[in-house]
Order: sequence, then structure tokens, then C-alpha cells
Amino acid sequence: MFDLKDLYQEVIIDHSKRPRHFGKLAEANREAEGFNPLCGDQLTVELIVEDGLVKDAAFEGAGCAISTASASLMTDMVRGKTEAEAQEIFHRFQDLVTRKDPPTEDDLLKLEKLAALTGVRVFPSRVKCATLAWHTLAAALSGQEKTVKTE
Amino acid sequence: MAGTGLADWGTPMTQLASTMKTLQTPPFDVLRAREDFPILKTMAHGKPLVFLDSAASAQKPRQVIEAVAHVYEAEYANVHRGVYELSEKTTATFENSREKVRAFLNARENREIIFVRGATEGINLVAQTYGRRFLKEGDEIILSVLEHHSNIVPWQMLRDMTGVVLRVVPVNEAGEIEVEAYEKLLNTRTRLVAMTQISNAIGTITPIQKIIRLAHEKGIPVLVDGCQAVPHQKVDVQALDCDFYVFSGHKLYGPSGIGVLYGKAEHLEAMPPYQGGGDMIRSVTFEKTDYGPLPHKFEAGTPHIAGAIGLSAAIDYVEALGLSAIKAHEQSLLHYATERLSTIEGLRIIGTAAEKSSILSFTLAAAHPHDMGTILDGDGIAIRTGHHCAQPLMDRFGVPATARASFGLYNTTKDADALVAGLHKVLEMFG
Repeated sequence: MFDLKDLYQEVIIDHSKRPRHFGKLAEANREAEGFNPLCGDQLTVELIVEDGLVKDAAFEGAGCAISTASASLMTDMVRGKTEAEAQEIFHRFQDLVTRKDPPTEDDLLKLEKLAALTGVRVFPSRVKCATLAWHTLAAALSGQEKTVKTE
Repeated sequence: MAGTGLADWGTPMTQLASTMKTLQTPPFDVLRAREDFPILKTMAHGKPLVFLDSAASAQKPRQVIEAVAHVYEAEYANVHRGVYELSEKTTATFENSREKVRAFLNARENREIIFVRGATEGINLVAQTYGRRFLKEGDEIILSVLEHHSNIVPWQMLRDMTGVVLRVVPVNEAGEIEVEAYEKLLNTRTRLVAMTQISNAIGTITPIQKIIRLAHEKGIPVLVDGCQAVPHQKVDVQALDCDFYVFSGHKLYGPSGIGVLYGKAEHLEAMPPYQGGGDMIRSVTFEKTDYGPLPHKFEAGTPHIAGAIGLSAAIDYVEALGLSAIKAHEQSLLHYATERLSTIEGLRIIGTAAEKSSILSFTLAAAHPHDMGTILDGDGIAIRTGHHCAQPLMDRFGVPATARASFGLYNTTKDADALVAGLHKVLEMFG
């Protein structure tokens, strides 16, 4: 079923127009760059990680509504989480947008605000837009300095 | 498309054309041409398909589809090998396709027409044979910022092997080649110019004749990427006097996987083979191989037989319609669409060259090209979004990506109207 309203939910439009935590962190101690060669989207994720806790997160870059909203929601979500928790959210989110079965109500509840992004599931060419920020976050968490690609 | 008054299929292009003094060709019957393309009757997301991505790959008329089917149904065997009737028949049809391409480009001889997989392979062939044989460290190759990655990367690979230097001709704000800058780049170290005839990303028609003449005044050979040119205008390689010319079949309403490299015989004779294998040899022992004559020297292995025959059918098709009639139709469509798109709030057309092919690249202040693409797709409208394999050009205009609508012979003003309506929908969602 193809319904644009599933993809461009209000919360997505809102976060794409007014991205939260957009910019640089002066005290960042983790950083990674993500790149989607298909569309040229590029973003940088910066983190302040102390004692295993993501104290702050921010991102910068140019991208479509889906990738911007995803990065905005993501930074909102992982602030204050432990590294392990952030990684877990990443895996849960990635699983939900890439697996065959639709998310259950329980899945959506666990994702909280991120549930709005699961609409990309039926738009295969757009899944990478939604996961770019998350792959970049995972790279930043693992301390990799290299540019992350979605391909 | 309500309220435009131009929503009918039959919006007479002649009416538009009569207001444009440059058009003197007879009216082009687009509705009749559309009947030849079965795919245009299909639906996308339950809506009639509006196909505006012919610059990426054009749809195929029944004449091409049937020609390819006929090969496999009635006339297929390997070429240049069998002594039996079927193989001889296929060989004759295959070689007739070469003759068709020769006449299409007005090349002097059949042996100057090399069948390749596409323009990309054609350029790689020249880079790896001509380039490696005749170019050395410090020699310069001139490209333009308009080039498709396929006319950049093969030369970078050559650079990494030989140490040649790549120089890039800039474009002005309109996306036109800066000819004076080009003239300054031409120097005693320049060994080759490789330039597109029409930009795939923004539609600029380059002054290729002048580019070639200026290079030849200094004895420098020129390769022309003609991918976007051959579907839209008559090309004459002898009149251009280019040294190499490449194009892909699939952009000319023909099959994918087949393309053409034209080269002046004197160059092709001097170049070493590209790939080794069957069909390109005169004799082989383990000590030594004698290569075959042109064009077979560059066609190792079994070629894309049905592809070449399908390409021949595509050439017949566009020639029957008339390339000048096709061009006139597409030009009036381009003007119509440009005017209509210009009324959309926050829309910026990238590429406003005086001489332009029917390619419209644009951005919207309110929405990223990919979001436009997805929303338009919901209405059955297919456009290309992204960097169009021309990232240096995107950088030049300071955009990561654009949306690109490209018009082929089968597009109508109604398609342009659908695009405009779709973009208004984008604005509603993101406004």
C-alpha cells in the first residue's frame, strides 16, 4: 500500500523543517561522517560521551526530509542514554525498517517517537535516507573515524 | 491540471510552434507516436504513468521490442562463426546494423563503428587503449565541469596509471561552457579533449563544433560524449570532424547493453586492442596472436547481437519520425515546461543556457529533490532526483542534488502539466 501520509507524517515534516540539535558541539569527543552515494546526502554526527553515557548529541548536514527528520529524532532520543542503550535503539530501528514483517504495536510503543519513521518500510529507495544518521551514530559510538556509507 | 486550459492530450504543439519563429518543421504527431510505446499505457501506483526520465533511459517502441523478439524467435545464431545459413543470416543482419549506425552518424566507413556495451565502455576503451598507448606523464587532457562521471572517472584511472594531468573547463552561471577559458587551457601539453555535446544533468548544448575546431587548430584530437545528443538531433561525425564519438543505445529508444564508439580509422588502426578473446583475432598460437582488422579488433567475444539489431530498429524508428521534427517537438515542450515551472514558488532552474536540450533540472526551496521524487511518484510521475552522475557540476552550482525532468519524443504538454500539479502538491505538504 502506497500512502504518502504514512511517510510524511506531521512529526517528520516538523523535524525536517525545524531539526533539533542541529549544529556542532564544542566539547564533542566522538564524531563520524555519513554519506549516501545514491543521493549525495551527507551528515556529521557529534557526541559527548562520558562514562558510557551519551551526554549530548548533535548533527549537521544537508539531506532530504526523511534523513533530516531521522537525524533530528535520533539525537533527541539518544541524549541521556547509555552507549549500550543507544546501540540497542539503533538495532531495533534498523530491524523494523528493513525486515519483511510489519511492526507490531509493541514494537511501535518501544520506538516511541521513532515510530513515525517506520513508514519508510514500503519505500525501498528511501530506507537508506532514514538509516543514514543511525549508521553514522553507530560509527561515532564505536569510535570509528572513517566516513560511513549507506552502500 | 484544472484551470490551465491546456490539459488535453491534444494541446496542439503546432499552436505553440507557430509562436516560435525558429520552428518550421511539419507538426509532429505525438499522440500517434505514443501509441508505439506499450509502457506508456501502464499505471504507476494506480495512476497513468507520466514518464519524465528519458535522459536516464528512454522507453522502447514496439518496433524495437519486436525486432529484438524476432532475432530470438527466428534469426538467432552466433555471428562471424557459422558456415550454416542461420549464422550467416544473423551475421548479415548484425553487420547491417553496423551499416545503419554508420549512416546514422555519417561516418566514412563501417569499420569505424565499434559496438560496445554503452558510452561508458566506449570512453573506457579509448582511455585504456589510445590513452595508454599515446599519452604519458605530464600530458594534459581537457574535460568540462559538465561531464557525466563516465567521462571523468576513466580519465582519472588513466591519470593514476600514467600521470597525465586533467584540466577542467568551467561553465558560467547559466551552465554554458566558458569558451575563452577553454582556449586558455589548450596548450602545447594538451593531448586530448573529451567533452559532452549535451549535459545530461542540466541540458546545456555545448558549442562542440567550435570546441573541436579550436583543438584541431593545435592538432589535438577530440572525443565527444553524444549520449544526450543522438536522441534529439541529427549528428554528423564528418561535419563535426570529431576524432571519437560515443553514445548508448538505451537512450536512443533502443536496448540497454549496446552502444557505439565511433573513431576515425587512422586512430583506431593505431590503437592496441582493448580486450582479448574470440572474434578479434586473425591467428592465435601460444607464442603470438595476430589481431583481426577493424572493427573486430575491438569486439572480443560474442557481441550483444540482438542489442545491435534492436539499436538498428531504434535508428529506423527515430529517422522515420524525423530527428528535426522530434527536436522541434521537444524544444517547444521544453519552453512550455520552463515557463510553467517558473511560476512555482521557490523553484530554481539549474541550467539556463541559451542553447538547451529538453532537460529541466531544478530545486525547490521548500523540499529536497528526493522528497519531490517520492511525492511525484505517488502520482505516477517518474523524474530523476539526485546528482545525475555529475557531482562536480552539482558542486559548481552549490547544490547536493536536483530534480530533473527530461522530455522524450513521446512526452506531451499534459505531462508537463502533471509535473506542475505534482510540484504544487509537494508545496502543500512542505509549505
